[in-house]
Amino acid sequence: MKKPIRIVIAAGAVVAIIAGCATQQAPSSQDFDREAQAVMKASFRDQGIAKVDRLDQDLGQAACSSNKPPSDAVAERIMVEARASVKWPAGGQYFGDWREGEKLAQDGRGMTWTDSSAATSANGGSCYNCHQISKAEISFGTIGPSLYNYGKNRGVTDLGAPAAQGVIEYTWMKIYNGKTSNACSNMPRFGHAGVLDQKQMTDLMALLLDPKSPVNQ
Amino acid sequence: MKTFVVGMAAMLGALGIARAQGKSVVEGIAEYRKMLEDGNPADLFEAKGESLWKTPRGPKNATLEQCDLGKGQGVVKGAFVELPRYFADTKKVQDLETRLVTCMETLQGFNGADIAKTPFGRGEQANVTALATWIAAESRGMRFSLPQGRVEEKKSYEIGKRVFFYRAGPYDFSCATCHGQDGKRIRLQDLPMLTKNPGDGIGFAAWPAYRVSNGEMWSMQLRLNDCFRQQRLPYPNFGSEATIALGTYMGVNAKGAESIAPSIRR
Repeated sequence: MKKPIRIVIAAGAVVAIIAGCATQQAPSSQDFDREAQAVMKASFRDQGIAKVDRLDQDLGQAACSSNKPPSDAVAERIMVEARASVKWPAGGQYFGDWREGEKLAQDGRGMTWTDSSAATSANGGSCYNCHQISKAEISFGTIGPSLYNYGKNRGVTDLGAPAAQGVIEYTWMKIYNGKTSNACSNMPRFGHAGVLDQKQMTDLMALLLDPKSPVNQ
Repeated sequence: MKTFVVGMAAMLGALGIARAQGKSVVEGIAEYRKMLEDGNPADLFEAKGESLWKTPRGPKNATLEQCDLGKGQGVVKGAFVELPRYFADTKKVQDLETRLVTCMETLQGFNGADIAKTPFGRGEQANVTALATWIAAESRGMRFSLPQGRVEEKKSYEIGKRVFFYRAGPYDFSCATCHGQDGKRIRLQDLPMLTKNPGDGIGFAAWPAYRVSNGEMWSMQLRLNDCFRQQRLPYPNFGSEATIALGTYMGVNAKGAESIAPSIRR
């Protein structure tokens, strides 16, 4: 009975030595995380309107920067902060002109270092890059879900009806800051990040929800 | 410009044919690409690159024929599908373009920092692109197999993975926003999935490439530069560690994929 015990002790000692070596030699995942941050900071320079401070991450950007989603607690915090960030349209005027919304949805320009201005007037919504929207436009991307019949599918027949209010508020939040309902949403936070102004967002609202918009035909 | 007009006409023609024949738009685009392959202007850059490699140039009036691209001095064939890799003389992981700049500095006497600061398509930077095009062509049909034996090479992969997933900027984009899922598109453009082997000749295995839309030859450094532009991030320095680490990440993920570089792209 004594022999096996000695083997176990010896094996334990070997494990301890290997573990000791491993902690000295192999960098941990956290070491790589820190180093990657330093590499990012050292690898870029200002160009036009795109300054290096764009590399600074807020809570949601940092927490959604790996192939693993954040913990439930962090995801909840991101969504709560996102909801607090939403500014509602002045006077409850959610709807502009769907024709202007269609132009914005088509326009993929804005915020790159080759754009001369970061003003909202210089930016499009880039919507078709990722979404199907009106049926007529066949050149649409697929990273986001199809928005064809967006209002119709949600039963919106009258923008003034109390029954439509929930969908209207949800859609405004989604455009203003999509992290309100999905902590790591791929969608830019058009209102929160100052990419689009209130008027532009109301035009996009009309494109998606106005029963007269081609989206809902 | 002329090439652009011809390219657009060919594309519209292919799409028209596709619609008339009831084929999908995607099939129409595949047909357009096939038509383009019959004459890839990258051939001209290849020829220029080969000539640049063999012609004495620079303050030292020397050729690049003694340049070590990772497989020994002067070995060109097969070098492309093993880059980025670690180089003992510079003590760095280097991609093809930064390695070429090192050789232009040490063998020919050029100032590497000046080349790195030169805009794409100009001066010696245009020569680096032509050289990269020829060197890539010498490995056409070979399969990617980046070395990962050294600590520095493994580290480059780990850093590259983190750069790939780094979300920032006014649009909250990372590389993974567009290239982290299978079968997605921006408008009609198919997006390669780059967190794994995306298949032969796709993604990392397609660049350098001749771009029909602007009539330019694009190296991998320029391809990444434009990705970061569209990500709305600031400007990545030529040959910066983030860009090289991304190359290592994509190259290692593409292990076994066949290189078709230099290819032709929209």
